Amino acid sequence: MKKLINDVENVVREQLEGMALAHPELKVNYDPYFVVRADAPVEGKVALVSGGGSGHEPMHGGFVGMGMLDGACPGEVFTSPTPDQMYECAKAVDSGAGVLFLVKNYTGDVLNFETAAELAYAEGIKVQSILIDDDAAVKDSLYTAGRRGVGTTVIVEKIVGAAAEAGYDLDQCADLARKVNMYGRSIGIALTSCIVPAAGKPTFDLGDGEFEFGIGIHGEPGRKRLPMTSVDEITAMMATAVLDDEAYSRTVREWDNEEGSWVEKELTDEPFKSGDSVIAFVNSMGGTPVSELYAVYRKLAAECEARGVTIARNLIGPYITSLEMQGCSLTLVKTDDEILKFWDAAVNTPGLRWGV
Amino acid sequence: MITKDQIVRWLEKTAAVLQENKSYLTDLDSAIGDADHGTNMDRGFRKVMEKLPTVSDKDIGNILKTVGMTLISSVGGASGPLYGTFFMRSGMAMASKEELSDEDLFKLLQAGVEGVLQRGRPNLEDKTMYDAWAPTLEAMQNALTAGMGTVELMETAVAACEQGMKNTIPLQARKGRASYLGERSIGHQDPGATSSYLMLNALLETVKE
Ligand SMILES: Nc1ncnc2c1ncn2[C@@H]1O[C@H](COP(=O)(O)OP(=O)(O)OP(=O)(O)O)[C@@H](O)[C@H]1O
Ligand SMILES: [Mg+2]
Repeated sequence: MKKLINDVENVVREQLEGMALAHPELKVNYDPYFVVRADAPVEGKVALVSGGGSGHEPMHGGFVGMGMLDGACPGEVFTSPTPDQMYECAKAVDSGAGVLFLVKNYTGDVLNFETAAELAYAEGIKVQSILIDDDAAVKDSLYTAGRRGVGTTVIVEKIVGAAAEAGYDLDQCADLARKVNMYGRSIGIALTSCIVPAAGKPTFDLGDGEFEFGIGIHGEPGRKRLPMTSVDEITAMMATAVLDDEAYSRTVREWDNEEGSWVEKELTDEPFKSGDSVIAFVNSMGGTPVSELYAVYRKLAAECEARGVTIARNLIGPYITSLEMQGCSLTLVKTDDEILKFWDAAVNTPGLRWGV
Repeated sequence: MITKDQIVRWLEKTAAVLQENKSYLTDLDSAIGDADHGTNMDRGFRKVMEKLPTVSDKDIGNILKTVGMTLISSVGGASGPLYGTFFMRSGMAMASKEELSDEDLFKLLQAGVEGVLQRGRPNLEDKTMYDAWAPTLEAMQNALTAGMGTVELMETAVAACEQGMKNTIPLQARKGRASYLGERSIGHQDPGATSSYLMLNALLETVKE
């Protein structure tokens, strides 16, 4: 293993210390770990909190700032953070307008955030929790833990962050987050594995001549392993997996502030169709250069056009990574006027910045 | 009868046994998960060992709740909130008790398993720790009705738990990270069921002393 680290034990802490030095507009708390806007709580504004294992930078800490997240809770590399982090972070950012948890659908993240929501509620904080589950590589929700939360997370954080800034209340923010998640689908591929520092060896083995189709952001197995081929062929497969994906149904749990309990909701994502307008997000898993992402985008644009789908906006670069993994993911999110307005709104974070 | 000292010793034994089996559990998790279950559990119970001296003069309910809170805030992953809730609930069920009857011991575990059920919503044969706990509770219930003594009761419980753990091998995972493997999860023993077995076996060893 060759990595720019000191002691494996201190990887997350030292990286947070560096982040704190580089970004005085953020405040880093070390016991327990969380990152918040230095100006939090923002008077009258709903606060957005997300979190997850480290190793996906800039997500989530790099998305803390005006127009996006109020707080982020980093876990150890690829391990979900714990409820005390989320709860303390929620307390630090709550202005009284409530806190929205944006939770990627991994059992660890879900169970820890659910525990935190109960703790925050018991403390008198209004909370809501929305699940991001957009990974089209996972077909069914009945026999698995359901679709994993991947690229759409970045889009949800940006759009709902802008809405909160514009004065949406907690329920409106939750509704918008749910909608954007249901409008979004992703698929990822890996050309190489990655090495979790504490493990010291590659998460999985992938031969020189093959790639994994449908990989998750922690190296979770995809749909299949295939012989390596051209960017056009790989992109066409990815575009098909997303654009031609059928309706997807699952049951999610959301928090009911009135009852103080969880309620189950049955949600169905409708497939894309001709005439749709989308945000197209081509993401590097960390090791793939931006230049190759443009080659992916070139083919993706053609695939969208062939299906009568218009790309209204795009985002291209490393935003939700898997350490040094070579590979990319593709996310399409259907848009409407509300979504586009908040996508275009100003954002000022270490990882995403425009309009300021 | 189980004394408070025995409960404390059970927790100490659990910490020791999880440390001994850290790589074993992690190896099981690397086959069908993300290779962190042993590390997660060991980290959690090391923290429990740090906390234990500060509460060992409190009642059993309090001790167990402290274990739960400690696990919740130090383990992470899926098993953190699951085992954390387990001990929180068992602590609530044993509130203000200084010693336990055999019936209490059953209720302690039953309340813990209720907590796991509420948190993770596992079904039988989803290939999770619940597959080790469900037969354990059933066997204990029967053993209590049959009027067995503490050691015999726990021996019966551990035997059922071990069988439940082994029965996870041919199952296809439907919950947690392992579910993404689909059929590839078949043929491997579930790490969470294994740590549950180790924990229960530590309790048997304690009551046998
Ligand atoms: N929904 C569930 N209900 C009950 N037990 C579960 C559930 N999901 C997973 N488990 C148990 O948790 C064990 C895995 O725990 P572990 O600490 O490795 O968490 P993890 O899934 O790897 O989380 P993370 O990926 O966030 O690290 C499994 O072996 C299984 O017994
Ligand atoms: Mg694991």
